[in-house]
Parts: sequence; C-alpha cells; structure tokens
Amino acid sequence: MSEAFIPLSTIAHGRSGDKGNHANIAVIAYTAAGFAWLREHLTAEAVSQYFAPLGPSKVVRYEAANLLAVNFMLYDVLAGGASRSLRIDTQGKTLALALLRIRVATPPDVDRMRRGAR
Amino acid sequence: MVVRIGNGCGFWGDNLDAPVLLARDGRLDFLTLEYLAELTMSILALQKQRDPQAGYATDFLDVLQRLAPTLRDQPNLKVITNAGGMNPADCAAKARAILDKEGLQTRKIATVAGDDLLPRLDALLAGGETLQNLDTGAPLATVRNRVVSANAYLGARPIADALVRGASIVITGRVADASLTVAPAMQSFGWKWDDWDRLCTASVAGHIIECGAQATGGLWCNWKDEPDLANVGYPIAEIDAGGSFTISKPPSTGGAVNFETVSEQLLYEVGDPAAYLTPDVIADFTSVKMTQAGRDVVRIDGARGKPATGTYKVSIAYRDGFMASGTLVLLGPDAVAKAQLCGQMILQRLERAGVKPERSNVEILGAGAVVPGVIAAPTEPPEVVLRVSVHDARKAAVERFSKEFAPLVTSGTPGVTGYTTGRPPVREVFAYWPALIAKELVQAEVHVES
Repeated sequence: MSEAFIPLSTIAHGRSGDKGNHANIAVIAYTAAGFAWLREHLTAEAVSQYFAPLGPSKVVRYEAANLLAVNFMLYDVLAGGASRSLRIDTQGKTLALALLRIRVATPPDVDRMRRGAR
Repeated sequence: MVVRIGNGCGFWGDNLDAPVLLARDGRLDFLTLEYLAELTMSILALQKQRDPQAGYATDFLDVLQRLAPTLRDQPNLKVITNAGGMNPADCAAKARAILDKEGLQTRKIATVAGDDLLPRLDALLAGGETLQNLDTGAPLATVRNRVVSANAYLGARPIADALVRGASIVITGRVADASLTVAPAMQSFGWKWDDWDRLCTASVAGHIIECGAQATGGLWCNWKDEPDLANVGYPIAEIDAGGSFTISKPPSTGGAVNFETVSEQLLYEVGDPAAYLTPDVIADFTSVKMTQAGRDVVRIDGARGKPATGTYKVSIAYRDGFMASGTLVLLGPDAVAKAQLCGQMILQRLERAGVKPERSNVEILGAGAVVPGVIAAPTEPPEVVLRVSVHDARKAAVERFSKEFAPLVTSGTPGVTGYTTGRPPVREVFAYWPALIAKELVQAEVHVES
C-alpha cells in the first residue's frame, strides 16, 4: 500500500544559489519518468505559491532536458540578498531543500521515478 | 593531448590545505584559485583606501607559501588566480618575494588589471554611460556619491595573453570565475576566440569547478552515500583537443563525482541554462551530454555556444548603512515563547532609548525560521536560537542595538544562555548594484615580468 503523498525528494534532488536579490533553484529528476512528472506538475505557479511567504515578485521556470532538470528563478526573494538581508540564509542556500520537502500527490508510476529506478 | 585544470579554492575562506593537496596529487597543468564573491571587492576597496598597498586576497599568499615545495617539484605547473582583487600589482610584489625566498626566481608572475572602473566612473557617466541597475533600471547617478567599488568582469583573453608571454603565475583583479579555466584551455589548444563551441566547452568546465568541492560531493543531496567528506578531493577538468572533457578528483580522496554531484553544480547560480552569459561566450548548458565514464569520472561533450555579447557585466557596491546580528540560546519549556519575548524586549528597549531601526528582524532558529513561513515549525522544540538583526543608516543606532543582548542574561526569561562571544560586531553594509558596460570602453591591462 503506497502513501497518498510523497515529498518531492523521493523523485528529485537539487541545489539553490543566489544572484543579488534573486535565487535559483534547480530540481533534477532521478529518472526520465520523474522528469516528465516535473515538467507537467512542478510549475512556476506551484513554486511561486509554495514560497509565497518569502514574497517573490516573479518566478520563471526553465528546462534542461539533458540533465532531467527544471530550473526556477525566484526574483526578489532574498530580502536584500547577501549584502543586506537580515535573514540567516542571506543567499537562499536552503531553498532547494525546502522545495524538495514539498508534498505532492503520489504519481501512479512513482516506482519508475525513484533514485536507481529504470 | 589533454590539459588538466584543477580548482583548489572556491571562495575566500575555503580550506587552506585543499590547493596544496590538489596540486600535489592532481597531475595538473594549471591550478586555479578563486577568491572573489560579489561583494568581496567592496571590502578590498576600503582596505586599499586605508592602505594603498592592501586590497587583495591575503589568503593567497599563505597558500602560495604552502605550494612552494610542489612548485619546485613541478616546474611546469602554472597558477591562475583572481586573488589580486583591487590591487593585483601589490599582491604580485608580495608573491614575488615568496617565490624568490623559495628558490623559484625563474617563475614569471603576470598581472591582469583594467577591471577597476572607479577612477573613471565620473568620466564614464559624463560620457553618457548610465550604468543603470540591471534589476531596477535606476541610473547609477542616484547612488554615485556612495559608490565604493565598480569592477567589470573581464574575460579569459588577457589571462591567455599572459600565459602566451610566459607567465607561470597569473594574478588578476575581477574576471569572470569560469574565465580562470577558459584561458588555459584556449591558450593550450590555440583555439580561436570566435570558436564559440570550444569557448562554451571550457566555460562549462570552468563553471563546474569554480566552486571547488561543490562539484565533488560538497552540498550533494545524497551525502549519506558519500565516503569521507572531510578529505573531499577538489575538482579537476581534463579537457581534450576535440572539445570534450572529464570532471574527476585526485585518487584516494573523499567525496564523489557522478551525474548527481556534477548536474547539481552545473545548475548552481544559473538562470536560463540555455543562455549562460560570460564575457567569453553565451554558453548553452542544455547542449551538453553527460555520462559516467568511470568511478568518480564524469565525461561531458557536445557543448554548443553562441557569440558573446558586446557588454561586460559590472559589479558595483555602494554604502548602505550599518547592520548587526546577535544571538542568544533559549532552553525550554516554552522555548519559542521565551525567545519571542526576549526578541521583543531587545527592540522595545531600543525604542525606549530613542532608537527605532529602519529594518529589524527577529528569527527563532529551530522553529522554522530559516525558510520562514514555508517549513512548518515543530510545536515544542527543546531549545532554540534567538537571532535579532537590525539595519540602519546611523552607525550609533546599530551600536546601541549591539549592547541590548547582554542585559537579557539577567533580565530575560529563565533558560537564557549562549552569551559568550560578546557584543555582536557592527558592520558596514555595501549594497550590490549590477550593471553592464560596452566592451570597447574597458581595456584589460596585462603586465608580465621580464
């Protein structure tokens, strides 16, 4: 019996970083099936909504199919960025892990998306 | 023929032994060392204002001293670094003294400068350059009187010129990080400066290794799979004449090089992966093919680039008041409520003293403050860290704030501890102003010892 929801980290890994007051979050699927799921479900709107408490002015999604990755730019999300943010995470280093914790409805073919699946 | 380029330093503050271990065991042709984050130049600019012979990344001289035995063992090893910061010439003079003392008199040092636009800033503005903020569109004139540094990100070409002219050590000011890798590849293979695919290949390699251990297991999501991160090997790009390369690390080191570690790093600090702008090329990261070529070896080929833009990015820093952050630890029960109260007390007492900071922030670490409002807080953590920060144009206001932590040790709630490091330091804030400048307005200056 599978769970109704899984954390995104079941099917993807990633990394985030800063550019001034903006951050990027790369989400990389473990398998092609997982990448197809990311393309369909992990939209810019979904990410914008998830990070709404941080107040991004705009979220843009890019794709890198060769890496099985989607890459998000979150604009004006760092409360001033490395130079003047009053937050502990001035550079958005933790945003990728935060996004990988988002709970999503378990895809029917999740077993084809897990790390090491073929 | 292949060229092996290893990066032993990903930022100023990185591990001091890493460059030495990488050079000793990496069979390198070139060792690169990267020291300059976005705002490092503003700090170096102020150091140079106080002392005209300062203004470079002093860690590099320590590293060079440690590298001396390896440089004696490996006469052909060359070192390329942006440690010159705001003052490549004085950095080179100090490096010269170290090399001479260590019996390395024959190794030539070169400097690359010309990136520093501050002395020409008013002339540029008078000439019609607006240096408008890339994010907001505002013209630089609005903050001109507060600017402390303005540097163009130079590309690989002046570094390659220095190598052609026989330099063993190249010390630069601000150059694009990846260009530290692009230059030795271009020089070694004699690739043309409009061979965009080759420039892209080398830029992808440079981007992957520029943050050091972040390509070889540092920050890797699957860190639990990883052997011996304490002894993580730093990354090596082995580039071949055909325009492909591998990423690896020295044998018998910790960490890992695989599809996951390399793809995480390839997308680090990237916007549109199909158009990553450098001074050298527009790199298309979506064009590359990545394969695991062996244990801890990833092969990358197929890189496709487009012609570079006609502009250099300019990183400008301007004075923006003062900041301080202090912390206290609160033990439960009711750790979160107690931390909230103590945080409010600090700000209340500040206001009572007639000081209302322009910006303040109270964070309760351990209760979901790192990504506030996104990650749900545990209901009752056994202990938390209270962190309070303020930002204000008035230095005195921030200094007064820094004195409001200690009183909580006796007048706060029970469970207050962790006040052992003294008053939090007050630091000057340098805000970041990204801009562009036409390439023809910037002349790189290459100087090679005769």
